[in-house]
Order: sequence, then structure tokens, then C-alpha cells
Amino acid sequence: MVKWTDFERATIKDIFSKIDSGVVGSAALSRCLTVYPWTQRYFGKFGNLFNAAAIASNPKVKAHGKVIMGALEMAAKNLDDIKNAYTQLSILHSEKLQVDPDNFKLLADCVTIVVAGQLGKAFTPEVHAAFEKFLAVVVASLRKQYY
Amino acid sequence: MPRLTYKPPHDCLLIGIRTKQLANRMSLTAKDKDTVKAFWGKVSAKAEDIGQDALSRMLVVYPQTKTYFAHWQDLSPGSAPVKKHGATIMAGVGDAVSKIDDLTAGLLNLSELHAFTLRVDPANFKILAHNILVVLAIRLPSDFTPEVHVAIDKFLAAVARALSEKYR
Repeated sequence: MVKWTDFERATIKDIFSKIDSGVVGSAALSRCLTVYPWTQRYFGKFGNLFNAAAIASNPKVKAHGKVIMGALEMAAKNLDDIKNAYTQLSILHSEKLQVDPDNFKLLADCVTIVVAGQLGKAFTPEVHAAFEKFLAVVVASLRKQYY
Repeated sequence: MPRLTYKPPHDCLLIGIRTKQLANRMSLTAKDKDTVKAFWGKVSAKAEDIGQDALSRMLVVYPQTKTYFAHWQDLSPGSAPVKKHGATIMAGVGDAVSKIDDLTAGLLNLSELHAFTLRVDPANFKILAHNILVVLAIRLPSDFTPEVHVAIDKFLAAVARALSEKYR
């Protein structure tokens, strides 16, 4: 059972209200596919991912970024039970998509960097810590159904 | 017939030569080095600030790293020892940029320091690198593009490898 302080709850809520959700998911996915190109293995049907510019402008990447963002927002709304909220997603990633779970941390790091870029100085060390804790719980929940 | 999605690397013709030249995997290409050097031109003016912020952040977000600094009176963000040490770290990284063509040789003394005196677990190099990247995203948002991000990430990983050389 994850324990969240009042500060962490308020901070996570605040972050999600401030960031541009239309952009964050896509920018993070696009950055992940660029910085860690082996992650492209899961997106064979996305077409042109040949360079950073192609990735950034790829409409399928943008669309999938929004799907990812939706899942993060769902987690933010279910802070006290992300593990159960993510059961189906975890099964999907492990059984159908067969994603190596080490990749979740890579995407999470890119999400952190994109959010940091958007919030600037407001992304203080304490806010940063709360957000990384949130992402760590999301990643652990996604790993939960792997066997 | 399945669609071929594998793209051979741009410098595939050089792979034979590269394989002999390069001891490490995922080594820095000429383009990576140029990107790092150009970007570092913009970083150097804010280097101390960036170093202090990255170190402060690491101590807060990854509290296990505080174990290496138990001898400091004050580990809070922006404290005097954190400021000083953040500057020291960034000076080291800046020095690594100037020695980018042979990091192993260039960082020999630092590697010995970290291996024999400081004995920092090399896993922490990755943690600090991540925090540097976060600070770069905050301080230089328009310059820290995905292309720059991958080059800097690779560079910091190469620095970490060079620092780990002497461990065992």
C-alpha cells in the first residue's frame, strides 16, 4: 500500500492541472523513441521513425502519446490504488504487447524531462521527488502482472 | 510479406573500422561529439548553477545518495557544501567535454579517485546523469531538443564508463 503525504497528493494534482496534456504524452514518447531507439521495436506499424524529426511529426506517435497521457491521468485520479487500476494495462503490456518492463523506466524518465521542461523553475526538487515517486508507482503497477 | 522496418545505421559502411576502434558499446559518433561540444558552449555560462541544482535534486529525489555525503553539515538544496560540490562536478563534466576524444585516458585520475578513495557505486553515476538531464530541460528548454538529449545522455554514459574504468 503506497503512502502519499498531503504534499505529494497536492503536488501531483497540481502538476496535472498545469501541464499541457495534449503535448506531454506525445513529446515524452517521441523523446523516448529518439533517445532510446531500441524502444522502436514495439512500434513497427508506426511508419516513419527514421530520425528525430520524423518521430516528432509522426501522427501515430502523437496519437499514442495521448493514449499514454490518458493512462497517467487515470493513475493520478486513483492514487490510492494504482496497482488495481492498472491490472488490465499490465496484462496487456505483458501478454499481448510483450514489452520488456525495463522500458517503462525509460519512458518514465522522458516524461519527467518533458514535464520539467514545461514547468521550469516550478519543478523544484521536492515537486520532482513527488512526481518521480508517482511514476515509480505507475511503473511498478505496470510490472505487477508479468510472470 | 512482412514490411521491413529495420533501418541500417547511417554510418554502416564504417562499421568495420569502428568495431576495431571502439572498445565500448553505444560509443559516441562524430555527430554526437559535435552536438555535445556545441551544446556545452551554451551550458558553460550556467554550469555552476546547473551543477548545484542537479546535485540538490539528486539528494532529494534519490535519498540513498545522501549516504556519500554524511560528512556535510547541510545537505539541503542550495546549501554551501552542495553549491561548492555541484560546481566541482560540473567542472569535471566540462573537462570531460574537452577530452571527449579519449575519455578513458582523460579521466584516469578521476577514475582512480572514485574507485579507490570515494568508492561510489557506479550505479549512482546514472542517477546523477538523469538529474543533470532534468536540469538541462529546465534551464535550456528550447536547446535541449531530443537530438541534443540523446547525444548528452550517451556522453554522460561514456563519462560514467570512463569513471568506472579503475574499479576492478
